[in-house]
Amino acid sequence: MKLLNYTTTYFSILLLVLISVWAVLFYYAMFDEIYDSLDDGLENQKMLVIQYAEKDSTILRKQNFDESGYTIKKVPFSEIKNVKDQYRDTLMYMQNEEDYEPVRLLESVFKQNGDYYKIKVVTSMVEEDDQLQNLLLYLIILYVALLISILLLNNVFLRKVWRPFYKLVAQLKTFSIENNDEIQFQKTNIEEFSLLNTSIEKLLEKSKESYNSQKQFIENAAHELQTPLAISINKIELFLEENELHEKQAVKLISALENLERLTRLNKSLLLLSKIDNKQFTAKDQVDVNKLLHQQIEDFSDFATHKQVKFTIKENVQLSINMNRDLASILFANLIKNAVLHGKSETEVIIEINDILVAISNVSEEKELNSKQLFSRFYKSETTNKSTGLGLAISKAIVDKYQYNLQYNYSKKLHTFTIRF
Amino acid sequence: MKILIVEDEQDMLQNIQESLEKESYIVQIATNFTDASEKIGVYNYDCILLDIGLPDGNGLDLLKEIKKKELQDSVIIVSAKNSLDDKLKGLDFGADDYLSKPFHMAELNARIKAVLRRNQFGGKTNIELGNFSINPETREVTINNINIELNRKEFDILLYFVSNKKRLVRKTALAEHVWGDHIDQTDSFDFIYSQIKNLRKKLEANKADITIKSVYGMGYKLEGI
Repeated sequence: MKLLNYTTTYFSILLLVLISVWAVLFYYAMFDEIYDSLDDGLENQKMLVIQYAEKDSTILRKQNFDESGYTIKKVPFSEIKNVKDQYRDTLMYMQNEEDYEPVRLLESVFKQNGDYYKIKVVTSMVEEDDQLQNLLLYLIILYVALLISILLLNNVFLRKVWRPFYKLVAQLKTFSIENNDEIQFQKTNIEEFSLLNTSIEKLLEKSKESYNSQKQFIENAAHELQTPLAISINKIELFLEENELHEKQAVKLISALENLERLTRLNKSLLLLSKIDNKQFTAKDQVDVNKLLHQQIEDFSDFATHKQVKFTIKENVQLSINMNRDLASILFANLIKNAVLHGKSETEVIIEINDILVAISNVSEEKELNSKQLFSRFYKSETTNKSTGLGLAISKAIVDKYQYNLQYNYSKKLHTFTIRF
Repeated sequence: MKILIVEDEQDMLQNIQESLEKESYIVQIATNFTDASEKIGVYNYDCILLDIGLPDGNGLDLLKEIKKKELQDSVIIVSAKNSLDDKLKGLDFGADDYLSKPFHMAELNARIKAVLRRNQFGGKTNIELGNFSINPETREVTINNINIELNRKEFDILLYFVSNKKRLVRKTALAEHVWGDHIDQTDSFDFIYSQIKNLRKKLEANKADITIKSVYGMGYKLEGI
């Protein structure tokens, strides 16, 4: 849920409660005022009637309200003892409405010429149920109007306010430190956003710095390892030549030598990877893919014969791509080597060249590879513990460098790697 | 044959020196730029092994100096950097070859011999071992003056063995030399064996004075003359 909608939801609930409470208070306050005003009117009318009665004693016998709105009745003194002015609501038949309608009634007593009289004065009153209905209706209108204004405010004004934020987020979504992306920060007057901008700017700067120094570190470390490796390998080579060793001794030394060579391959692969990452292969060339693949099939033919695997090449087109020649060669060699290495004996490694892709597949009893981890560094399938685990990572790095696509598919024992250009 | 090794790493220098002395070269050494510069100025060498990263200067500058003086010394650059830039620059400045560390001694031998052949022998490039003769230029092999048909890889293997005659040639070194860098991560080098077997058959059938001997599990040695 967006922050905007989130606050709007809470705001509308709060508003509903507020308006309801406010409506109750308003209702009572309003009626209090209405009663007050009606009662004042009744009091005034009572006084006017009493004054009038001094001049015209006939009204002292007025039994019905009729048109005048009051009645006077003579009462014995005993009845008026402790009687005070009394206001109350009652019902009275109204001609116009043809129904009983609420009225306000003042009951009071007065004394004239030694006699006591009870006087009742009425006035028509607000119909409470109607009033309540009206009030409710107008409150709903007010509530809806407020909600609409809030939504409008959010969608027009606040959206504008939040624009730098969303632009920033959109950039961060596609940001990749490997591609050395730059973030364009929007100028904003809002303190929080400018704080966010500067914080992210600092964070990115730091991350880039440490990313670069890490890349540099791998390259430097790999370089520094070359000489000690060279010395160790050559020393053992010379030692093996100079000494007539027992087979047992030789086997141990050769094992050491082979592991040093493995370390060398690992080191070279790491160096290659960081060189690709550090964009050191800038030279580009028009590479004839068909020719290159034929040459590599020839290079791997002895290895394939040894593994009892055959090559089949399906050339649907003559494909030529613009990329670094060395990298192209490494890319295809890695995939072909893998296919031969993992290919089941007496099967074929199929290489297919199409308009936009090269697919290399082999048959293997091995189960489907984990395509999520396949291209990550040091991924190894269970069967080949001597590999560096960097071959596919290198292929992926090359493919990524040129924004090509490298995909792995598996169906019915057929493992296929596809490069789309 | 006189060879100068310019290398600041003592152990590395010692290895190369030892290996080259087995080939009966006259080996001289220089461990820094100044020393190397002096020696190059005074003596003539058939081949100079040049490390690029020297404590007091860049090996490439030495190379420029050699080329400026129009000296005939062949130069092989040896570098730990394995960087394409250095390689291209080195070859551009007139180096004869480029070898990146780490390398096999057999590979160094082969490279030195190839460079020396190119620069020294002029027309006569045949290498003769008893009744066996190999020509790196024309890629012809004869035994008792009879031409032997070899495929590209068989020839490369044989030439590599000849460059390292009587020395241990490890399978890894041979595979990397003949099949290229891409082969280096395959699980084993057993596939070399069938090529060796074919070569042996051809050598035996023609009664060559040389044989390819297996040394335990580690590799091969060219024996004979």
